[in-house]
Amino acid sequence: MAVVFERPHALTDVPMHYCPGCGHGIIHRLVAEAIDSLGIEGKTIGVASVGCSVFSYNYFNTDMVQAAHGRAPAVATGVKRANPENVVFTYQGDGDLAAIGTAETVHAAARGENITIIFVNNAIYGMTGGQMAPTSLPGQITQTSPYGRDVNTVGYPVKVSEMLSQLDGAAYIERVAINNTKNIRAAAKAIKKAFTYQTEGKGFTLIEVVSTCPTNWGLTPEKAMGWLEENMLPYYPLGVYKDKYADKN
Amino acid sequence: MVKISFRTDRCKGCGLCVTACPKKLLAMDSEKINAQGHHPATITDASACVGCASCALICPDCVITIIKE
Ligand SMILES: Cc1ncc(C[n+]2csc(CCOP(=O)(O)OP(=O)(O)O)c2C)c(N)n1
Ligand code: SF4
Ligand code: SF4
Ligand code: SF4
Repeated sequence: MAVVFERPHALTDVPMHYCPGCGHGIIHRLVAEAIDSLGIEGKTIGVASVGCSVFSYNYFNTDMVQAAHGRAPAVATGVKRANPENVVFTYQGDGDLAAIGTAETVHAAARGENITIIFVNNAIYGMTGGQMAPTSLPGQITQTSPYGRDVNTVGYPVKVSEMLSQLDGAAYIERVAINNTKNIRAAAKAIKKAFTYQTEGKGFTLIEVVSTCPTNWGLTPEKAMGWLEENMLPYYPLGVYKDKYADKN
Repeated sequence: MVKISFRTDRCKGCGLCVTACPKKLLAMDSEKINAQGHHPATITDASACVGCASCALICPDCVITIIKE
């Protein structure tokens, strides 16, 4: 008898509060699978952020800290520096990481902190009811851009992976997505690689996961996957943006 | 032989697994309602399942387990 697929051990066995079809559930599982396959559950410490995924502290079977809005990379820096033998990750939405937490994120990358950031880009503030995020697309209708995001007044979306890849302190940055099984498999590989780099002391790693918010996008989970593919992927191309060790693997 | 099972009480009826199955074997069970109030996903012909795990990979709630015997 061989198990082809089962719930990873690094996820606690409780129902998640996420809306039906929300990408957070898939991404949580991928993180847990990486932790399982590297056998690091006992020494991993996660930092939850503010947003729908704040309750990730209930879902990962690792020690968890909850940071104030946007501060997860700063908290993770302290945890990692005090416990360099532990594996430390943050799990942050785009409202958390790319708005209120921009400074913490940029400087953690610039310092080359040996932490892993799982950055969930769903182009909206989910928890608070669907306001425009820094990552909302030009023309995207949200609660606070009812006529569509007007780049002439509120500017352009922040491309986090492209931006951080310019910093010498960043070791590995990849953008992945969860809209189909092929991309989910690629996302799993990238997340595992980021954790592996951290265990090897290679420095700052960030995986941007392009995800969905079916509820605040006003779409069924299936249509949300289609919207992601048609609208987000052209603006946020998938791929490796930085890999300091690409030749040495 | 492939054995696919559903933890029906955890299913949120999102339908993503239905879209992911390459053999079109999955459907929402409109006869049943789970404790969360959703029509859960079910397999129409378990003997045709090839165990590719596409459905389980896309399920946000770890409802599906697949075992090969
Ligand atoms: C200091 C502070 N400012 C504002 C808020 C309100 N707030 C809660 S969640 C959130 C945005 C979350 O959006 P995102 O990070 O994209 O996560 P999602 O909910 O989409 O997963 C905001 C602004 C807060 N909790 N604390
Ligand atoms: S509001 Fe959006 S991001 Fe939050 S749980 Fe619901 S679908 Fe997911
Ligand atoms: S394992 Fe593959 S063939 Fe079987 S139900 Fe799931 S997606 Fe369909
Ligand atoms: S993907 Fe999972 S939660 Fe969604 S309908 Fe299928 S089994 Fe249920």
